[in-house]
Amino acid sequence: MTLLPLEVFHGLAGLVFLATAGSVATDRHHPRRWGSAGFWALLSLTFLGGKALPPLAVGYLVLAMVLLAAAGLVGAGTTAGPEPAQRWAEARRLGNRLFRPALLIPATAVAGSLVLGRLQGANWRLLEAKQATLTSLGLGAVLAIGLGIHLTGARLREPAKEGGRLLQSIGWALLLPQMLAGLGGTLTRAGVGDGIAGLASHLLPMGNPFAAVLAYCLGMAVFTICLGNAFAAFPVVTLGIGLPFVVQAHHGNPAIMGAVGMLCGYCGTLVTPMAANFNLVPAFLLELRDRNAVIKAQWPLAAALWILNVLLMALLVYRF
Amino acid sequence: MIPRAGILATIWGAARRPNALLLVLAAGFAAGAAAGMSFNQIVGEFGRRFVENRYLTMPVALMLPLVGLLERHGLRERAADLIGRARGATAGRVLLLYTAARQISIALGVNIGGHAGAVRPLIAPMAEGAARARHGELSAAASELIRAHAALAENVGNFFGEDVFVAVGAVLLMKGFFEGVGVPVGVWPLALWGIPTAGFAFGLMWWRARTLDRLIEGMEAKPAARP
Repeated sequence: MTLLPLEVFHGLAGLVFLATAGSVATDRHHPRRWGSAGFWALLSLTFLGGKALPPLAVGYLVLAMVLLAAAGLVGAGTTAGPEPAQRWAEARRLGNRLFRPALLIPATAVAGSLVLGRLQGANWRLLEAKQATLTSLGLGAVLAIGLGIHLTGARLREPAKEGGRLLQSIGWALLLPQMLAGLGGTLTRAGVGDGIAGLASHLLPMGNPFAAVLAYCLGMAVFTICLGNAFAAFPVVTLGIGLPFVVQAHHGNPAIMGAVGMLCGYCGTLVTPMAANFNLVPAFLLELRDRNAVIKAQWPLAAALWILNVLLMALLVYRF
Repeated sequence: MIPRAGILATIWGAARRPNALLLVLAAGFAAGAAAGMSFNQIVGEFGRRFVENRYLTMPVALMLPLVGLLERHGLRERAADLIGRARGATAGRVLLLYTAARQISIALGVNIGGHAGAVRPLIAPMAEGAARARHGELSAAASELIRAHAALAENVGNFFGEDVFVAVGAVLLMKGFFEGVGVPVGVWPLALWGIPTAGFAFGLMWWRARTLDRLIEGMEAKPAARP
């Protein structure tokens, strides 16, 4: 048996969402009280229930969350953080000790994936071997909260409340990665990969190893520009071009292809208004008159980096 | 033909700017319908993937209470204080330093920064302040240029440090994908091969930072004697 399965940490995350829902529901001044409380409660249900719930039920919960968010019923509360003067006083009181809990998380994650993942006896093991890194990360976060509470002398309510406040400021965007994974699923079922593979071999001489690399990197950038997210482009383009041509036909290294290919996608993210949270939101936040000023500042670097990535992949992927 | 429906739906949605979640859902339904899936099949597929990919959100949910707690006790102020002591600061150097700090910290799994959390309250004002110290009051154009580059510094540091850490979204997503299609790939090689690009990105950021300082100098070069 596994003593600390990953599911424990999914459950803890569910409890954080539940606490957020609770604090929203009891906040009488919250501008979108019931919509937001419902949203966080539903999310907490999907995390606490997880695999015990039938996928269709989770799907409808997700549908309900999306509709709440799309209807504009989910928003942040009005409770502000502490006053700057108070924060400065705390910064002076605690000094560099403040960094310790923040550093404990990566330290635990690294130690955990190297050591804790191997701890086992005849009929038990500490962590699921495959999930050692993720589980250690969750463990690190829990330990760091303990250390943080010890250092600051705060009560347990405080991190719960502050966490809820930050979660609300992210809001529904928190679900985007999981939603994009769902989109990737339907796109795969729809055979989008095959469609792209056909198109790519139509346009480029895929028998040439360099052309395969070029097509994959180009596909990652273009799809990211269209979808606004490299995570959504990755499964589609990798299934369509990467695996059949770079890996299977020319025996490229999938790890190198994936790692560099994802970064080609990020170059696309830098130049697309579809990636609103990275390119448009900051333009608003920084009160820029030109809404595209961030993209205009980014495109030369993005183009240069994309070319370097193509060369890097062409150089390495068939060699290791 | 099939992918086009999904992508068109996404583009249409972006043009009208509704909620991004709704957009993704709509694109998923378009693609699923084109593949002949029923409504419930598509909903179920989203549900299955949503549960399978909870690990993308779990670390954030467990880290935010700590981040909130530390912010409340002056973490950001302490960090600003540390950076503010640097001498010889120019707008470009402040941003370059921020990119480096962002790349290194996120490569270690610590997500400090963000457009709302760091760039607006800390980094952009610091960069503008450094330029102001050198050139006096800034023109609106120079100020706008510096702020746009502050957002660039955040994005570059965030994107091109992240893949070096094994326990965050990108690496896990790739691992999950490769496992799903029966190509076993470890997380460490995926992270390792992200390192060269992280280096290139930092080199290019160095170039952009220098360009920015020169542009500001050109924009703010005041005539020696003003009438």
